[in-house]
Amino acid sequence: MNNGHIINIEGLIKRFPVGSGFFTALDGIDLSFGKGEFAGLVGPSGSGKTTLLNIIGSLDSPSEGKATVMGQSVGELSHKKAADLRNHNLGFIFQTYNLLPVYTVFENVEFPLLLLKMDKVKRKKAVMDALDWVGLTDKVKSRPKQLSGGESQRGAIARAMVKRPQIVLADEPTANLDSENSHHILQTMEKLNQDLEATFIFATHDDKVIQYLKRKISLADGKVINDELTPNRT
Amino acid sequence: MIRFLFKGLLRDRHRSLFPVITISIGVLFTVLLQCWITGILGDMINTNARFSTGHVKITTRAYAENADQLPTDLAMIGAEEMLANLKQDYPDMDWVPRIQFGGLLDAPDENGETRTQGTAFGMAVDLLSEETQEINRLNLAEALIQGSMPNESGEILLSDDLAQKLEVAPGQTVTLLSSTMYGSMAMYNFRVAGTVKFGVSALDRGAMILDISDAQLALDMMDAASEILGFNQIGLYNNEEATVLATSYNEAVVDDKDEFAPAMLRLRDQNDLASMLDYIQSFVTMFISIFILAMGIVLWNSGLIGGIRRYGEIGIRLAIGEYKGHIYRSMIGESVLIGLFGSCIGTALGLGVAWLLQTYGFSVGDYMKNATIMMPNTFRAQITSTAYYIGFIPGLFATILGTSLSGVGIYRRQTAQLFKELEA
Ligand SMILES: Nc1ncnc2c1ncn2[C@@H]1O[C@H](COP(=O)(O)OP(=O)(O)OP(=O)(O)O)[C@@H](O)[C@H]1O
Ligand SMILES: [Mg+2]
Repeated sequence: MNNGHIINIEGLIKRFPVGSGFFTALDGIDLSFGKGEFAGLVGPSGSGKTTLLNIIGSLDSPSEGKATVMGQSVGELSHKKAADLRNHNLGFIFQTYNLLPVYTVFENVEFPLLLLKMDKVKRKKAVMDALDWVGLTDKVKSRPKQLSGGESQRGAIARAMVKRPQIVLADEPTANLDSENSHHILQTMEKLNQDLEATFIFATHDDKVIQYLKRKISLADGKVINDELTPNRT
Repeated sequence: MIRFLFKGLLRDRHRSLFPVITISIGVLFTVLLQCWITGILGDMINTNARFSTGHVKITTRAYAENADQLPTDLAMIGAEEMLANLKQDYPDMDWVPRIQFGGLLDAPDENGETRTQGTAFGMAVDLLSEETQEINRLNLAEALIQGSMPNESGEILLSDDLAQKLEVAPGQTVTLLSSTMYGSMAMYNFRVAGTVKFGVSALDRGAMILDISDAQLALDMMDAASEILGFNQIGLYNNEEATVLATSYNEAVVDDKDEFAPAMLRLRDQNDLASMLDYIQSFVTMFISIFILAMGIVLWNSGLIGGIRRYGEIGIRLAIGEYKGHIYRSMIGESVLIGLFGSCIGTALGLGVAWLLQTYGFSVGDYMKNATIMMPNTFRAQITSTAYYIGFIPGLFATILGTSLSGVGIYRRQTAQLFKELEA
């Protein structure tokens, strides 16, 4: 990990084939993130936030340039290596929660640990801890469709955090939530960021999220136009 | 992990219950159709064999050419010796002489004047000898409606319909008016022992069953038989066996152009059965193929849709770090389970219903009143070994194939693209 950074992005360009040509969604991004950051990609719709998050999450690969996550170059990873990287080090939180509907809250949170082949006793403890972090221990047996939006997103956060990943990527996590739930979620994530020292990277244009950020990276037309540390809230 | 996936499979009825039902239904119909058609065909062949054609039949060439006229004058003389030779040369077959003839039956009143009259189709078989299998073969005991089986010479069975038409009851006498083998007038009295109904319209219209020795007496056919039928032991027509037999017999016996020389015909060679059987067979093959194909496409499609419906779930599982290969294999594994389960249920149900149809049958007698071909009035299914796999295999493989193809999307698409579909 270069100079203590767990994410390093250099000269990143991402083009999507559109019709006969290409659309450049990311146009020369240079960024790095250290351990324990609480950062956000901010910018108007279409500025490339999700695209950048997907590349950091090894769900997509760069067209040019390099993105190194936990010392591994995302574009050069095999499917399996990329899956291992996500499995061990990355947690995802989506706008639409994306809990698996046929499984209970407990089982949804348990799933990443099954992939890690954690034994049953440790697994159960870890799941209950994660549900405790997000305050969802009373909904262990509920199915996603029995949960409110806020509860669903807390379940999704528990699922992302249960394996204590180094990096958590959250794409518009509050977009479907009301203000009270948004603050609750953000406070939870802020606390987890401190307690677990996980790096959080948001993609958002929600002011409520932006308030909580310690670093705000502004994107426009696939370029970083501003990158600033924000005064610590108290 | 496997338990986890299994739980998901059971809870998601779109993934388990509904596909199983679809597969079961498709498989059920395939199995049933196969048993049904096999049964009808087999019954037709069997009925023809038992009542009319045998598995092979020996007649004079001239008789064979005019068989539909029941020409007793073209019968074979020296039947005893022929039978003895046949039994010696082909001991695996049961050889039986028969005479078929047409005539008028006349029921007299107390003064001996004609009271009622009707045309009869005479079928003379070995009814009275100790070792005869003809009674079983023609199912006479079960076909008996009134009276009893003939147990002495001079007694006959009449089709129940004809007996009603003639207004005669068992115990009464009827007079046969026909022509002898040599063309003169034949007149002979018989006592009606009983009436029968076969469930074969062509026979029920006017059959008269009598012992062959009575027919020989009545028609002046001493030691003659118009036909000698051969039946194999298992009672099922086997065309290859019949072909071998007929070829060897015809080569050995028939060495000149004598139209009174005996010749052996296979079941297929008679009653236009060849063209009918071929026609039915190709029709059936086509029909079943189309049916299986259609079922295959439906199941394939539902496998495909089932897979595509899950791209969202797949996207999440990929994001969490599951291997593509693992997801793909788990989907295939599920489809194998679902396909197996559905195909088993469908095959079991199909065999069950086929069994019912095999045991109880389905009556079509009302539609067959004017049928001239030998065809049973009750259609029965027949379960053959084919029925065990004809639905099962396409049911299983179409499902797996559909899932395999839809699952290829996991590999072909960029992971991020699966997410786009998920967010939508
Ligand atoms: N697979 C793709 N094919 C073609 N164009 C794409 C693809 N994915 C993204 N884009 C384009 O790239 C640009 C950036 O998309 P991106 O999803 O990163 O935006 P965003 O900043 O996340 O926007 P929003 O705030 O609406 O989520 C958009 O103009 C989008 O249309
Ligand atoms: Mg976005």
